[in-house]
Amino acid sequence: MGLTGLEIYKQLPKKNCGECGPPTCLAFAMQLASGKATLDACPYISQEAREALQSAAAPPIRLVTLGAGDHVLEIGDETVLFRHDKTFYHPAGIFIEVGDDLDEAAMDERLRAIGELEFERVGQQYRVDGVALRATSGDADRFLRLAQKAAAAVPWNFVIVCQDPALAEPVVRLLASRRPLLYAATDDNWEKMVQLAEEHQIPLGVCGRDLDHLAELVTKITQRGYRELVIDPGSRETSQVLADLTQIRRLAIKKKFRPFGYPTIAFTSEPDATTEIIQAQVYVGKYASLVVLRQAWRRSEILPLLTWRTNVFTDPQKPIQVEPRVYEVGDVRDDSPVYVTTNFSLTYFSVEAEVEASKIPGYIVVVNTEGTSVLTAYAAGKFTPEAVAEALQRSGIADRVKHREVIIPGHVAVMSGKLQELSGWKVIVGPREAAGIPAFVRSRYAA
Amino acid sequence: MAVERIMERYTSRVREVTLGATAEQGGTRSHTITVGGDSTLPFLHFEGEVPHRPVLALEVNDVPPAWHQLLLEHYRDVLDDPGAWAAKAVRQFGADLVCLRLVGADPDGENRSPEECAQVVRRVLEAVKVPLIVIGCGDADKDNEVMPAVAEAGAGENLLLGIATQENYKTLTAACMVHKHNIIAQSPIDINICKQLNILISEMNMPLDRIVIDPTLGALGYGIEYTYSIMERIRLGALGGDSMLAMPVIVNVGYEAWRAKEANVPESEFPRWGDQPTRAVLWEAMTGAHGLQAGAHIVILRNPDALRLLRRHIEQLMVPNRA
Ligand code: SF4
Repeated sequence: MGLTGLEIYKQLPKKNCGECGPPTCLAFAMQLASGKATLDACPYISQEAREALQSAAAPPIRLVTLGAGDHVLEIGDETVLFRHDKTFYHPAGIFIEVGDDLDEAAMDERLRAIGELEFERVGQQYRVDGVALRATSGDADRFLRLAQKAAAAVPWNFVIVCQDPALAEPVVRLLASRRPLLYAATDDNWEKMVQLAEEHQIPLGVCGRDLDHLAELVTKITQRGYRELVIDPGSRETSQVLADLTQIRRLAIKKKFRPFGYPTIAFTSEPDATTEIIQAQVYVGKYASLVVLRQAWRRSEILPLLTWRTNVFTDPQKPIQVEPRVYEVGDVRDDSPVYVTTNFSLTYFSVEAEVEASKIPGYIVVVNTEGTSVLTAYAAGKFTPEAVAEALQRSGIADRVKHREVIIPGHVAVMSGKLQELSGWKVIVGPREAAGIPAFVRSRYAA
Repeated sequence: MAVERIMERYTSRVREVTLGATAEQGGTRSHTITVGGDSTLPFLHFEGEVPHRPVLALEVNDVPPAWHQLLLEHYRDVLDDPGAWAAKAVRQFGADLVCLRLVGADPDGENRSPEECAQVVRRVLEAVKVPLIVIGCGDADKDNEVMPAVAEAGAGENLLLGIATQENYKTLTAACMVHKHNIIAQSPIDINICKQLNILISEMNMPLDRIVIDPTLGALGYGIEYTYSIMERIRLGALGGDSMLAMPVIVNVGYEAWRAKEANVPESEFPRWGDQPTRAVLWEAMTGAHGLQAGAHIVILRNPDALRLLRRHIEQLMVPNRA
């Protein structure tokens, strides 16, 4: 959200001395607006003007990072309320909580499981972002012990959930090089927590009692000069969290309300793992930057949530594509049917799912249509007989099957003749929608 | 610090649609169900009304379906009897309403006659007293024979009938008008077609408060985000005064979720995806939950365990919130 040249000009000294390079303050303002100059070039600018300009030019929601090295997690810096307005940029970080009241064996077991929560589906890699360490016992040794185990078992990021600065300090010290989030500053402890976070240069959670109180607390902390913050309105019931996170996002983006211009964190409250995953789903889409789970940790529980995160943070302007090549579905043989489709991932995966559902193994040859669906690609001249013939040729499918029959989507039946002529393959017109594949292929190819 | 909240002021709201009819209203239902009426985005009670909670339907088939074992185990004793199946869905599993799918009409399957299908509808209407949704087999020509018979058999019951598409809406619309039912207007993940179809149906003089939008919600992991965004735009359109988008929304979640590989493959084949029963329930429930966040009013499910999860979730979303 940049400023216009005139808005910047109002803040400049108006000496027109030219020391910044351009001859006038106005010309300099224009350069600043277009990003061709930096404020430092003017030696006469006042401190207030500098701060005003910097804060006005800052993004509505600050970008905060956890972690270091290969495991940096960037959160915040969102610009819209609805993904269709542009996109959501920084996928919500998902953390799983472990308390220091668990016995050693259970602690080891849980941390090991969390450290393995990596998945592969539809050619993409998913994983959780780390572990939230909760000081439950009040015992400093236990808490440090948990942190030591976690540091060894979990390669990713950490949230330190502890509101007692003395208890948190050794753990912060231990994990400092991995830049954990320290959660949280409250009314009672904020000065010490800010000190601790500042000393170790780590992000700090701020937990209010409600939105008004949160704004007050954040303001106090930023006046002290610390801005690496992640904010929490303190609510825990699904409906109220949704309302609070919506207000925070609205105020940050539509009003540039500074105290709410930070990433957010949400904690689930549901008593069992499956209902908790559904609750967390709300926060991932609307509008938590970090979500901490307390019950769920099994693979079957986490995969649906990570899948949702990937879906909702997909850029609507950039369709996901699959690599154009031959894909095998099931135990293919040299007489298995051959399908062609486009490389728009949604199209491809619908076809793949139906081929699989048909229980008749098959090959799918994917044509590069730059991530467009069959009809769009056809209309745009990207799914032509020439393109399909070339894809067949390049894919090497002829070496894998002994027949020469290719099934094309029903929507492009008109290309049959031309394709047959160009490729030498017999063209079979398949169903228009992927859902028709099982019935079609079963009637045509006996298993 | 008193923070001034942002309250959106919308000019309009989603239309209300009422399903079912009691004896006084000419039907035999014990009660009616009204959906829609929202004057804000989903569950933002602090700035508008969400007068009716979203409702959950369980799917019942007229012939035993080729569903996964994990689903069939809930229905094994009732698969041959749609009436008993519907009764179980309502009484044991707590469905708000039943969605009867007339798969048996499929010309590639049992190819049942319109009269046979109408008979099944009568049977289900006798077995349960909740409002009923009836969906054809999906073969356009056959549905055009079957659905008028269904509409006649259910005359007075104020059913919700589907599925009308841009290519095939006239017969179903006419049947709904003659026998005073509601219609499901389905568009393929496309807000323009959604609107266009509502216009076409209303041009046949179908009252707007008897149309329900089916935006074709994909399953979690299979393009759900496309429909999610279209549903958000539909809701914003409705609130902004676009009368042809201001219909309640229905999502066919059970059917879509069970097309996903993640619901169907056992842990033995995909050990890193975890245990299948939990994964399958969550795949369906999560797909439904995304639908709710995007503005769905009626969710059609298959797994009673998914229904149980969503029931609790809806209760929590309906708790009033403050700005
Ligand atoms: S150096 Fe500063 S005061 Fe001088 S012309 Fe440039 S902007 Fe104006």
